[in-house]
Amino acid sequence: MYHIALKMLIGDRGKYLMLLCGLTFSSLLMTQQCAVFFGLLMWTTSHLRNMRAAIWVADPKVEQVNEIKGMRDTDVSRVRSVQGVAWAVPLFCAVQQTKLQNGNFKPIMLVGIDSATLVGRPPVMLSGRLEDLRLPNSVIIDDLAVQRLGIGRTKPLGLGDTFEINDKEARIVGICKADRHFFGYPYVYSTYDRALQFAPKTRKMLSLVLVEPLPGWTREQVAQQIERETHLRAFTEQKFFWDTIWWYFRNTGIPVSFGTTIILGFIVGIAVSGQTFYTFVLENLRHLGALKAMGASDGLIARMLIVQALTVGIIGYGLGIGLAALFGFAVLDKGMPPFALPYQLPLFTLVMILFICVFAAFLAILKVRKLEPAIVFRG
Amino acid sequence: MSTPAPNANGNGNANGHQLAIHVRNVTKTFGTGDARTFALKGVDFDARLGELLMIVGPSGCGKTTLLSAIAGTLNFDSGEIDAFGLPLHTASKQQITDFRKRQVGFIFQSFNLIPTLSLVENVSVPLLINGVRRSEAEKKSRALLDQVGLTGRGDDHPRNLSGGQQQRVAIARALIHEPNLLICDEPTSALDRDTGAKIMELLRDIARKPDRCVLVVTHDNRVFKYADRMSEMEDGRVSRVHETTENIRHE
Repeated sequence: MYHIALKMLIGDRGKYLMLLCGLTFSSLLMTQQCAVFFGLLMWTTSHLRNMRAAIWVADPKVEQVNEIKGMRDTDVSRVRSVQGVAWAVPLFCAVQQTKLQNGNFKPIMLVGIDSATLVGRPPVMLSGRLEDLRLPNSVIIDDLAVQRLGIGRTKPLGLGDTFEINDKEARIVGICKADRHFFGYPYVYSTYDRALQFAPKTRKMLSLVLVEPLPGWTREQVAQQIERETHLRAFTEQKFFWDTIWWYFRNTGIPVSFGTTIILGFIVGIAVSGQTFYTFVLENLRHLGALKAMGASDGLIARMLIVQALTVGIIGYGLGIGLAALFGFAVLDKGMPPFALPYQLPLFTLVMILFICVFAAFLAILKVRKLEPAIVFRG
Repeated sequence: MSTPAPNANGNGNANGHQLAIHVRNVTKTFGTGDARTFALKGVDFDARLGELLMIVGPSGCGKTTLLSAIAGTLNFDSGEIDAFGLPLHTASKQQITDFRKRQVGFIFQSFNLIPTLSLVENVSVPLLINGVRRSEAEKKSRALLDQVGLTGRGDDHPRNLSGGQQQRVAIARALIHEPNLLICDEPTSALDRDTGAKIMELLRDIARKPDRCVLVVTHDNRVFKYADRMSEMEDGRVSRVHETTENIRHE
């Protein structure tokens, strides 16, 4: 009987397409908006992926990775002296101004990494050599900086080109690929010492200390040990990631804004699909009554309705996810808007779409259960 | 008057005839309070095996309500109905559903064919409900469509058929699972005279099988002549049951 149920569903082209559109739109809206939201949250933690370290040590008042409060240079040595620390290196990280060739200014995220070990280096080099960062005035810029800082030039920024950071000349020795920052600043890497020269002088210039635990020590153990002995704040990479995410949840309107759109997608799904399916059932009530009169049990008709609802739901879900993925492919290359599609997200959308379908089928089943088969004898 | 109830094979006996349906003192009301309407007011009624019995009467006299009660599609308030050995007044919901599934075929005034299904699929439905495999059900359906004069039209859809052809499909659907009881509600009212006559001839032939009974509700006096007996209803009661006379046949 299930093929009969499907033919009844698909045969009513108008209703079927409307159901499909409602569920596709709902699935697309929920997936796409969640993906943009997750992408945006990922941008907030870009430092963690662009500099990478097992443990991050910061000022005791720091709550999340984008909140930098300067420490003393001697704090590196204090951290190195903690039991369980294999090595610790300084890191400078702050927003600085660059001057473009046309006279405009652009903010950049200047990262100063330890010149000896190059710990905190960019994740992927696109051109140039990382070791050249030790040459005088040299910097490595990310691909976003190539676009942003190249404005006003006749040809794109490349190796050997120069620009100014706070009125000091910087020469490009490499181009890297880096995750985009939440505020859209391009990443410019330099050595720690040179970064201190680029940046205006302040009393405390050390932004973070990157730490690796000794073998046999867990990250958590070493982080606790650092906090106990230095009274600085030590985050494992994972904790820093989640603390940052939750900070944005608590302190910005982003979750509410995206949450509203996601809920709207769900409501559209419920309203359009639920109502259309219910109308479809109402219009087929006479035929369902005939099936009941012919001996189809309530259970069989309920199963037929569930098959109809789930079929249209799964097709709509597939189309919605497909469109969301196409959107993702289209924007990932451009880097705007943010987009992240972890496997949990399609699962979440599937659960929501199935809920909508089961809800719609449930309403229809309630109606059909009350249906007297004698309805077929009424004119 | 008391008549023995039919057993499982419809073997009750009344005046030498084996009974298929035995109805005693059945009542049915709709609504409550001032809006309460008495549709059946103690109906007594018998139908025999191998006959085509017409239930006739003016609109609102309770014909369709009686038919629905006999078919097991409508609960009645009091009284007894034995249909092919099943006491509907005491049977469970599941037993009544099984009775409809296995032993009843329906022909409706407005055909009630599912427009999105092909003719073969429409005819297959009762077999599928009875758990027959799809391939087998469709094979049988094609054969039966051939028998009702719709050879080669199995993959067509109801919208492409005339009213008479649609009613033939409905008859094939009603017969596909070889039911004992055929319930026909105004089967000719949507058809022209000639088509109606052909449909009634088909139903009369169907009723000739000794283990079958065809009940037809109608107020189309053009088709009275096809009945073996007629049960006249008036104001919720059966007022008269009589053999179809030659006069009626002649008219």
